[in-house]
Amino acid sequence: MSANGTETLVTVEDLRVHFPITSGIVFQRKVGAVYAVDGIDLEIKKGETLGLVGESGCGKSTTGRAILQLIHPTTGRVLYSGADLAHLKGGALRKQRRRMQMIFQDPYASLNGRMTVGDIVGEPLLVHKMGDRSQRKAKVRELLETVGINPNTLNRYPHEFSGGQRQRIGIARALAVEPNFIVCDEPISALDVSIRAQIINLLQQLQREFGLTYLFIAHDLSVVRHISDRVAVMYLGRIVELAENAVLYESPMHPYTQALLSAVPIPDPAAEEIRRAVVLTGDVPSPVEPPSGCHFHTRCPAAKDGLCDVEDPPLSEVRPGHWAACHLVTGDDYPHIRAGEDDLAVVEEPPAESAPQGGEMA
Amino acid sequence: MGVDGNTLLRLTDLTVDFASQEGIVHAVDKVSFDVAPGELVGLVGESGCGKSVTATAILGLTRMVKNATITGKIEFEGSDLVALPEDKVRHIRGRDISMIFQDPVTSLNPVLTIERLMTEGLELHLRLSHSDAVKRAIELLGEVGIPKAAGRIKDYPHQFSGGMRQRVMIAIALSCNPKLLLADEPTTALDVTIQAQILRLMKQLSREYNAAVIVITHDLGVVAGMCQRILVMYAGRIVESGPAKPLFHHPHHPYTVGLLRSVPRLDEPRKETLQSIEGLPPDLAHLPPGCSFAPRCWLATEECWQTVPELFPTDEGHHSACFHRDALIAGAEMSA
Repeated sequence: MSANGTETLVTVEDLRVHFPITSGIVFQRKVGAVYAVDGIDLEIKKGETLGLVGESGCGKSTTGRAILQLIHPTTGRVLYSGADLAHLKGGALRKQRRRMQMIFQDPYASLNGRMTVGDIVGEPLLVHKMGDRSQRKAKVRELLETVGINPNTLNRYPHEFSGGQRQRIGIARALAVEPNFIVCDEPISALDVSIRAQIINLLQQLQREFGLTYLFIAHDLSVVRHISDRVAVMYLGRIVELAENAVLYESPMHPYTQALLSAVPIPDPAAEEIRRAVVLTGDVPSPVEPPSGCHFHTRCPAAKDGLCDVEDPPLSEVRPGHWAACHLVTGDDYPHIRAGEDDLAVVEEPPAESAPQGGEMA
Repeated sequence: MGVDGNTLLRLTDLTVDFASQEGIVHAVDKVSFDVAPGELVGLVGESGCGKSVTATAILGLTRMVKNATITGKIEFEGSDLVALPEDKVRHIRGRDISMIFQDPVTSLNPVLTIERLMTEGLELHLRLSHSDAVKRAIELLGEVGIPKAAGRIKDYPHQFSGGMRQRVMIAIALSCNPKLLLADEPTTALDVTIQAQILRLMKQLSREYNAAVIVITHDLGVVAGMCQRILVMYAGRIVESGPAKPLFHHPHHPYTVGLLRSVPRLDEPRKETLQSIEGLPPDLAHLPPGCSFAPRCWLATEECWQTVPELFPTDEGHHSACFHRDALIAGAEMSA
């Protein structure tokens, strides 16, 4: 991928995570695999927010964890500032980990209920042997202040805080070791609507302040549009489309992206009246037996027999900076998906001039 | 108070309190609203605002909770469900009023087949024979879009995907031709592409069966495309109610204004920062004496801290529980 003049911080090459399915108790035979992540190439640029969206089970969280080596990838490489993380072990990996942190989805499960807030936020400092006792304490107070938690509460326990406050504590913990790169795994999904905006604003403010790079994993397409510079869409273990934020949301090319965007509800009855969500038939197939060829061909209204069900479409750069994994997408044309009879997805016959938008308009 | 022909359900000052170690939790506080036959109503609010408790109270489920105190009236077709004895309520629950729960994974009994889950209500309430009930169950499954329903009726819930399980739950809820359907976060556990399918299905079936639906959700987008009327709840009280379009376009309560501004919209240009509502929702065991939203409100004055505002009519069918609604309607700038 072209770096557009900016430095690349994280490079992911052909990342695969296959979880084995075993049978038997003593001699566990491998009888299959969950193809959670099935060949992902990504470049995350320094200082950007890359949004990673997809439906549940598409492998977006596994991708985030595999990048941080929290799950060991089956194959593939993850380069962080040029160093291959997959081949680092023990102390060398731990040293690199200081640069990469994670914010988890569930602030109720990701904080140890038996530790005080001060210990939770200070633990990474202890692990990485940063500063002495008093320096660590001062740092913890400073961190809590940064994320908007009263530093005098550091002797309290997580249950004394609300969900939004707990998420702030989780963010403070991630910031403790002064990372450059943070994987935010659905950081607002478990929070109340009126609290979500607070956390999003905090994440953006911290990014400006500390020059952070985010991989922002979420299923909420409106939120990802708000926070991301570039967006990657995943379907069943693969990236199907990746582009600059405005490009992806305004002219999505991959049929799946088009259908996905049309289905996002808009909080406005007037807008909802004229919009028609494209209904895809069926459910997301199981990652245990992903469909042959293009993983999306079983639900794709544009799928061509003998091509899409046979051959894997590679993720290729169809326009500068706009990547799509679809046999039918070229730089000049792509299948325009719209809601047909019963709102089922159909392919629009291409009009003489190119349509302004795929999918969303009836 | 009688219920006229145009009202299916009327709540009058419904209050549900739970005794707890922290003190009395005022989960629902003097909630009043009407639902007309066949009407689609959205009940919107954040977790802990009392929306689900309101629904379970209508269904007569909160009365089974030992530490709950229910006062006020829930009139359904003229009879007050709060005062009605349990054996009478049991004839209404599941037949005239049914419910779709949030999580299709946990709310279908995993050791029962779909056939057993579906026919239970049909045999109990409609007194169908087992073979008739099975026939009807297969029809219903077909209507909610389960392919080859006859072949799948002996399957167990785990053999269905999340979206399909939610369809089964809708089929169960509709099986006895209910007059009122309570849908508690019906699509929260589902993916967006499946959510679109389910919302469409619910809307279409409500029309076919002429069933009124109360959709309970925290997602303003879900009710925008589906409901005719919206009720916004905050800390156990309805703070605004009105027809969907005016309410979304010109909200008359600062909480609704804040809520709408804090969610990014796909059809609008990107903003630099989101306008968030500062602070936290109040503790229901220790509510402030006045307006519950006052601590987070940019319009709050002394009056708001002292007195609980009632729902004042503001416009055609539109109500707001705010002392400063006129200033807000006149276009007071948000300075939060």
